[in-house]
Amino acid sequence: MTPRALRRWLEPARLRSLRRRLVWQFLVLSALLVAGLFLTVGWVAERASRASQDAVLGAAVTAIAEGIRSVDEGLEMDLPYATFSMLGAMGDERIFYAVTVGGQVVTGYEGLPPPPDVPDGVAPVFWRADYQGAALRLASVARPMLIDQRLSQVTVSLGQTRQGQAAIARETALGATWVALAFLALALPVALLAAQAVLAPVQRLAEVVSARGPRDLSPVRHPAPRELAPLLRALNGLIARLRAALELAETFIFEAAHRIRTPLSLVRTEAELALSETTDPATRARLRRMVRAINESSRSASQILDHAMVMYRSDQFDAGPVDLSVLTGSVLRAIRPLAEMRDITIVARGLDSACPVVADERMLEIALRNILDNAVKYSDADGRITLDLAHQGREAVLTLADEGRGLQGDPSRLLDRFHRGANVGDVAGSGLGLTIVAEVAAAHRGRFRLTPRDTGGTCAVLSLPLA
Amino acid sequence: MRRLVLAAGLILAGLAPARSFEIEAERLFGPPDGAVIQVLSTTDTQAFAPVLADFAARHPGHAIRYVQASSTQIQQAIAQEGARFDMVISSAMDLQMRLVNDGYAASAAPHAPDLPPWARWRDQLWGIALEPVVTLASRQAFVDIPVPRTRRDLIAALRANPARFQGRVATYDPRIAGVGYFLLAQDDQVSDGFWRLAEVMGRLNAQLYCCSGDMIDDLRAGRLSVVYNVVASYAARYRPDDPDLIQIADEDYTLAIVRSAFLPVDAPDPAGGRLLLSYLLSPPAQALIEAASGVSLTRSAATAPSLRPIRLDAGLLVYSDRLRRGGLLAEWQAALIQPSTPPAR
Repeated sequence: MTPRALRRWLEPARLRSLRRRLVWQFLVLSALLVAGLFLTVGWVAERASRASQDAVLGAAVTAIAEGIRSVDEGLEMDLPYATFSMLGAMGDERIFYAVTVGGQVVTGYEGLPPPPDVPDGVAPVFWRADYQGAALRLASVARPMLIDQRLSQVTVSLGQTRQGQAAIARETALGATWVALAFLALALPVALLAAQAVLAPVQRLAEVVSARGPRDLSPVRHPAPRELAPLLRALNGLIARLRAALELAETFIFEAAHRIRTPLSLVRTEAELALSETTDPATRARLRRMVRAINESSRSASQILDHAMVMYRSDQFDAGPVDLSVLTGSVLRAIRPLAEMRDITIVARGLDSACPVVADERMLEIALRNILDNAVKYSDADGRITLDLAHQGREAVLTLADEGRGLQGDPSRLLDRFHRGANVGDVAGSGLGLTIVAEVAAAHRGRFRLTPRDTGGTCAVLSLPLA
Repeated sequence: MRRLVLAAGLILAGLAPARSFEIEAERLFGPPDGAVIQVLSTTDTQAFAPVLADFAARHPGHAIRYVQASSTQIQQAIAQEGARFDMVISSAMDLQMRLVNDGYAASAAPHAPDLPPWARWRDQLWGIALEPVVTLASRQAFVDIPVPRTRRDLIAALRANPARFQGRVATYDPRIAGVGYFLLAQDDQVSDGFWRLAEVMGRLNAQLYCCSGDMIDDLRAGRLSVVYNVVASYAARYRPDDPDLIQIADEDYTLAIVRSAFLPVDAPDPAGGRLLLSYLLSPPAQALIEAASGVSLTRSAATAPSLRPIRLDAGLLVYSDRLRRGGLLAEWQAALIQPSTPPAR
């Protein structure tokens, strides 16, 4: 198997799970291991049993050779019964033998092939041959003997089939394979656990990253194994680049809104001056529309500015102890003239007792201004707005109820950026006001929700955890 | 009777298609139109007939052509002439082993749970009967002297009464009887005392025979007093109704030959051979064989403590060795054949 093919087997493209891949690799490598074990044990067992059977065969052929004596009539041989019996006992093998003197068969099997090398010395030589349709393992020894006054070479060859040996080797290898398979079966659950353990840090890192707040762009500082450090570094680099890009965009928006607002006030002042100086009704009407449009643009720019501010401060959260009742009071004072212009009454309750929260004061102020501004904006003239600050459990709850046109459609969608209700009519707006409130609430781990009132109008509730 | 069977066999042999090995008898068991299983055997037809008839009765579609021949003729028929049979049965264990070792036997897997492991070799040679080898005597010769219980007693009795036993002792002639040579080799291997017995028998001018049957016939006719090494199954036929015939208990050892069967590789009807083999190893057949020979192969251990069954084992191959045979026969001849010994009958 080429390394490439092995790799394809180990990492099949269809396995998308790392855990499955690990287990699959374990299985493939183990199968290779088991096959290797089968072959190795078979080979070793074959060699070992061949060696031991060769030793017996060699001893037997030597014993036969030693039983040969030279007598007057030629050769005398005492073929030992026990030797043959012993040879046969090692797996019921067939046995063939021949005794030759100078190449002539004296006794035994005619036509038994002669040894390829003439044995010399005392030790028997071993070889293989086919005889009578059986594969034989043979051993031969040669002894020089004085026969009829002449020195002749007496060769004894003894052969046996090796069916038993092959069977033993096969059985041993099979036995080893079964043991290996049993170990594998035991190791599989362990491998699953190991795969789980290896992948656990990845899992934990994923959990830590996904548990972060939507605006949390701080670098991930989670202890991870060395192998995951590059991933962590890459992730943090990405976060840093993302934050830089976001900061750039927000700074740009902030800058843009700021730069637009100043000339707009100048244009408004000029337009108001022109309005007071002219008496032509057509020009006055035109100038009034102009002032109105400029007011609208100025308001939008200021909300975009607020939104950018809130986004920026969410990232660089600068929290401190704030008294919500004091802050609400000051925002209320700032908005009251606007309400009075349209004869709207604002009734405030619960502002006389302290309501400490931990918050970014600037953000909270923006949120309160937007929530109040919104209530005033959508209230009818001569309307009434009720502001109520109260403690509920571990939360400070600011409730603002108006008697305006109420809600149409899903209230939660109104919190989306640039989304305005279906019933805004001629009221100018950017669709950012309530988004800002919701984002400030989220940054303070609070909640903001809009609900319709039974008597008409809307109820806006801002909850913040108490300090 | 035996001569009659022999004569019938010879006639049949003359009628049968050309073959050069000699058969002693031939008989058909079962319907002639059935599938005929060819069996070549050393076992006396009459002794084996109940078993074969029982097989034919149990398997109506099958018939057995039973051909009886001597062990050396069987060896010649199978190894040299390529005679085709479905089963070969012989008491000459060394020759059977040689044939199987040389690859003439097919493998078989009959159901034989009771067969002792020493009564089979590989899955090719199957022991079907145990034949104890005994010494028989005429009661008249031992009226006034104690009946010997061991070979040593026998030697003593023969030595003490040379006149009584002169020319009246008989045994196999190993030069012509395959079984005789085999038993001689076994005696040589088992006991050193045997050669003393051989010397004594030689001095008593022992008669030499080719076959157990002839020896027993002459013993019953009063021409012999002691016959050494006869196959018990022949004696068993006469003993119950012949009060003169006594078996000398060989308490030192009693050899027992395993009569074995194999299925030749080139059998014309291998399925028939397997069927017959399975039957021969089955309890009903074993019971019939035991009834004929008096010894059970499957329960041999319980039969007698001195019984020494000869194992079916590769060691048997040494007996067919030319040099070994020559050496042993030379020694036997020196011990037993005295100058005045007449030739074997």
